[in-house]
Amino acid sequence: MGQALLLRPKLSPTEKGARLFFLICALVALGQMLLIMVFLLGEAAGLFKTTSLWDFLFSSQWYPTYDPPEFGAAALIVGSLAVTFLSSLIAAPVGLCLAVFLACLAGRWREWIKPAVELMAGIPSVVLGFLGLVVVAPFMREVLDLPTGLNILNASVILALMAIPSIASLGEDALTAVPREIQDASYALGATRWETIWRVTIPAAMSGLSTAVILGLGRALGETLVVLMVAGGAARIPGSLFDSARPLTATLAAEMGETAIGSPHYHALFALGVVLFLLTLAFNLLAHWLGQKWRKR
Amino acid sequence: MGKIAAWILSLLGALGLCSGCELGGGEANSGRMDPAQARVLDRPRGETVRVSGSTTLLPITLKAAEEYLKKFPGEIVTVSGTGSGEGVKSLIDGVVDLAAASRDLKPAEVERARARSVTLIGQVVARDGLAVIVHKDNPVRSLSQEQLRGIYVGTIKNWSQVGGENRVIVPINRDSSSGTFEMWVEKVLLGDKHRPDAQVQSSSGAVAYAVAGNRNAIGYVGLGFLDGQVAALTIDGVKVSLATVEDGSYPISRPLLMFSRSDASHSAQRFLRYLLGPEGQGLLAAEGFASAGE
Repeated sequence: MGQALLLRPKLSPTEKGARLFFLICALVALGQMLLIMVFLLGEAAGLFKTTSLWDFLFSSQWYPTYDPPEFGAAALIVGSLAVTFLSSLIAAPVGLCLAVFLACLAGRWREWIKPAVELMAGIPSVVLGFLGLVVVAPFMREVLDLPTGLNILNASVILALMAIPSIASLGEDALTAVPREIQDASYALGATRWETIWRVTIPAAMSGLSTAVILGLGRALGETLVVLMVAGGAARIPGSLFDSARPLTATLAAEMGETAIGSPHYHALFALGVVLFLLTLAFNLLAHWLGQKWRKR
Repeated sequence: MGKIAAWILSLLGALGLCSGCELGGGEANSGRMDPAQARVLDRPRGETVRVSGSTTLLPITLKAAEEYLKKFPGEIVTVSGTGSGEGVKSLIDGVVDLAAASRDLKPAEVERARARSVTLIGQVVARDGLAVIVHKDNPVRSLSQEQLRGIYVGTIKNWSQVGGENRVIVPINRDSSSGTFEMWVEKVLLGDKHRPDAQVQSSSGAVAYAVAGNRNAIGYVGLGFLDGQVAALTIDGVKVSLATVEDGSYPISRPLLMFSRSDASHSAQRFLRYLLGPEGQGLLAAEGFASAGE
């Protein structure tokens, strides 16, 4: 890097212009982000004239259109976290194993399985949601003898289906980025293929793998249509995997359309947006931090 | 005029698949429209008729406006859905010419109008009813309003308590911003809170679908959504039909009104007459609303 700087020739006016152009592009992206945040926070602030922050975060009474309205978002936050974590419990092992298979073991299977995984990532969420509604829900209700098939488990399975391809392809990228030399060195020392993958390749790719999982989680957290369709929509803190839940995204999607602008309900929905934003931010920071941590080792 | 259809389509498109089936299915309740959203229908000149209010009446008012402008080119009609309360308030303030409402005036509104020496005239343009639906194989075919209320509030939890099989009841609500839900709270829950674990679907089509696929479920939809897939319940001994909604004997029904000021413009009066006339009423019937009756 230092050397590159030393060798850098003087910039011609065209190059300077180009540099300015790209700088402006970068600033526009940053500015948009800031403006969205300011807008989000500004609109959400209106809620706290009528509801305390404590009630908003820790009450589970969500009755936004009653008189007087109640805006307790605890059940919605728990709903979001529940489907996200359960789906990651399903998606992380499957996605990572798929990544290892594709990167290290697939051989000529790779040219068949890799496109299939990419195709899976391209399935629109509404199609998966419909699958959950029409196939998984009745099946779950019959087989497990439940009152309803629209529940946390169903939503998590469908979300996992969405997260697996992203975890697998990001994970595969991380694994293939491990230098060939250190794997060859491992083989040269007499390690078996299994020992090389487990002791050398995976640890070397750990930062990328953990990022893949966290970003897969982020996708599940932000997904809207699937949870709107198959999570059941009950605004209550769920007691089991087979209870219905209402994640934040589903609430926003279902209620934003007809809420009068400027009403407490409207501000409450923006406050939900802020919570969602903070949760996503936390996931991204976690991914970044994990990436750094593993890289150091 | 295709322009308006395009507007509506793009609006529905933006709101997602579920709402798409609402307009197409001719739902009696709750157009999913952005609040305070004005649609200026083109061809300027002439006086503007500004309509605002109940989201229930919004889709049909838009459709009527489209037909109306075919007949009277040169007029301008703007329609916005803000909820009954906002609509009436805007009417009293003189910001709009017609206010759509899914209820009669509240005493506070009458007072407010009097304070500004405005006289409001309300006319019933249609009636709106909700059918209560269960799975076809559910033996329960009739409930009282009291039982319905118990089911949704959470005091009745098993079908055997209302003469059915020994199965858990899964009540399904509409999303809390919809006019359908508002009517349900007003007519059935009588303002009480529903049980928090009641499921939510974000369109009547989705409710009908969920009920058709679950023998434990109960839900409510506009009359336009009744088909062979689900069974409609008799409430307090009255069968749900356009006729019983029209004459008001079916308990879960309500009038939909259009309020105007006594000093309304000619254009506003003409649009109102159009809504009440055979053409307007025909459009309402096509959308699954019951006619205004007498």
